[in-house]
Amino acid sequence: MALDAETLSQLLDTVGRFVDERLRPSEQQVEDDDHVPDALIEEMKQLGLFGLTIPEEYGGLGLDVTEEVQVALVLGRTSPAFRSVFGTNIGIGSQGIVIDGTEEQKQRYLPGMASGDIIGSFCLTEPDSGSDAAALRTTALPNGNGYVLNGTKRYITNAPRADVFTVMARTDPDTPGARGISAFVVDADSPGIRLGKPEKKMGQKGAHVCDVVFDDCKIPGDALIGGVEGQGFKTAMKVLDRGRLHMGAVCVGVARRLIGDSLAYAMERKQFGKPISEFQLIQAMLADSETECAAAEALVVDAARRRAAGEPVVKQAAMAKYFASEMVGRVADRAVQIHGGAGYISDYGVERFYRDVRLFRIYEGTSQIQQLIIAREMIKGAA
Amino acid sequence: MKVLIPIKRVIDANVKVRVRGDGSGVETQNVKMAMNPFCEIAVEEAVRLKEAGLAEELIVISCGVTQCQETLRTGLAMGADRGILVETDAELEPLAVAKLLKAVVDKESPDLIILGKQSVDGDNNQTGQMLAALLGWPQGTFISKIEIKDSGSAITREVDGGLEMLEIKLPAVVTVDLRLNEPRYASLPNIMKAKKKPIETISPDALGVDVAPRVEILEVTEPPSRQAGIKVESVGELVDKLRNEAKVI
Ligand SMILES: Cc1cc2nc3c(=O)[nH]c(=O)nc-3n(C[C@H](O)[C@H](O)[C@H](O)COP(=O)(O)OP(=O)(O)OC[C@H]3O[C@@H](n4cnc5c(N)ncnc54)[C@H](O)[C@@H]3O)c2cc1C
Repeated sequence: MALDAETLSQLLDTVGRFVDERLRPSEQQVEDDDHVPDALIEEMKQLGLFGLTIPEEYGGLGLDVTEEVQVALVLGRTSPAFRSVFGTNIGIGSQGIVIDGTEEQKQRYLPGMASGDIIGSFCLTEPDSGSDAAALRTTALPNGNGYVLNGTKRYITNAPRADVFTVMARTDPDTPGARGISAFVVDADSPGIRLGKPEKKMGQKGAHVCDVVFDDCKIPGDALIGGVEGQGFKTAMKVLDRGRLHMGAVCVGVARRLIGDSLAYAMERKQFGKPISEFQLIQAMLADSETECAAAEALVVDAARRRAAGEPVVKQAAMAKYFASEMVGRVADRAVQIHGGAGYISDYGVERFYRDVRLFRIYEGTSQIQQLIIAREMIKGAA
Repeated sequence: MKVLIPIKRVIDANVKVRVRGDGSGVETQNVKMAMNPFCEIAVEEAVRLKEAGLAEELIVISCGVTQCQETLRTGLAMGADRGILVETDAELEPLAVAKLLKAVVDKESPDLIILGKQSVDGDNNQTGQMLAALLGWPQGTFISKIEIKDSGSAITREVDGGLEMLEIKLPAVVTVDLRLNEPRYASLPNIMKAKKKPIETISPDALGVDVAPRVEILEVTEPPSRQAGIKVESVGELVDKLRNEAKVI
């Protein structure tokens, strides 16, 4: 724990106020416009949200994972699209450099990422390689003192606004699988980079993904993260590993919001002469949501505490992301049910969350991939 | 220019306030506390003066229990340079606070004191005025605008039915109204830096101030709860009720 309790609570209070007073009132507008207003992004920068996890010496807050999880719980109280604005900067878009970058790479990129002046994205997924990330085919072949990139990356969050990409590419085409992969930090204005059209998505309107196409894109030798080839897959996995706890916490935060909204609605809405919260079938839904949400929170917070204490938490982090993302799916489904017809109508926002949270079971490792990791770790531990 | 900003810790404006069972006051145990919203406006204005190069040092001061330190930290995170806590567990009335502030002003000699026009707990609206009287300084209350000039300070006051423009000589006491500014959120890096800014703690005794209450609170009660309304069948019935029951027409 880097922060004392008082400072942490002041930090959480401030983020909470910002979420409630500034972000929540704009949820529907962001949904309708498919755009987060620039003025709000500016406020997020002023507040320091882009630098939550970037070390203090590079201008960030340097929150440890337990603190990051607390902040993510609060951020979950509003549309996930808002978090996505700075989500890649505090997660997959910066952590490759934070964890494995050279000092020079850190100096060059992290202060701008912490302030929000540089937007970072993470390019792992490809058209033919998603869950099987180690099968990626983008190449980075030697070219003078540097490399030349060729390949297509798919569904890259924040790519339309990105200034810099963390790119996983194969430096050794003869070595299949993970060992031939290296990680690079690539400026978005490098020649030979083309962006696809932003994809139309099910939910999280306002957050954008698109293809990033590398077509003979020449990059300097010092773009290689950590300066060592063949480490890229490991870097990507370390990045995703930390991100799982953050994702889990966001899921819990959104679930709390939905439970709050559902409870308020159930106590207000009358049928058969009384509030529907007095019907035991409604109560059962509320109780299930509340219990599952508390269980997910316990899992996330426990895994974060263990990680901060230096324990390996590959299994716990996978369990936390798996359980929390599945949990918020069930909670969102019940929230729609408790709201009845209103749950299906856009004005109440519940159907929006129902669509938004669907993504959590897919990206940064699908639920099935988390299950595989959990079982693999169990078997490894027992062997 | 040195600016002193007295700030108060009150029940968070979003909390539903409850009266204690014995009617001696309102429940503050396990209740979320925060800086009085008018005090936030005062701090914001001071920080803007500093950002505009018109003020050099901003001192936030709070009188009350140890936890007022948290309120001071919020002020420091917003941009004040240092804090002073006059620490006491006593229930402080506006006059006691004004006397404590006067004693600190005598030591610190600020050029300007910016207070909230009132705190949202007691709504007394007295401390600023009493402080100005004790100091013998000019005062501007309920201000919605302040401009620092060579000769002193030009202020705009909100008064019934309009605005009043005044010039006052510094040093002076001003109390701020809602429309003066919109306070910022303390940025997260500044919240962390605030931890390293100094807070000095003094006792009322050390300032030679007697804080014993002058007012006795007899009872605090909830406002009467609103009666449910009724539906009338016709305009005629409505007019009849307004005339004969409510006796308003
Ligand atoms: C909105 C959005 C944002 C994204 N942002 C990014 C980003 O910023 N950067 C990035 O690199 N990627 C990003 N992605 C990609 C995302 O991480 C992948 O979509 C995800 O990993 C799944 O890969 P896939 O789509 O290829 O599905 P597939 O891997 O084809 O999976 C299809 C189905 O098969 C299952 N499956 C696959 N393998 C197995 C197995 N071995 N056992 C059992 N079941 C299996 C999966 O669980 C899934 O149910 C994003 C995706 C979306 C939708």
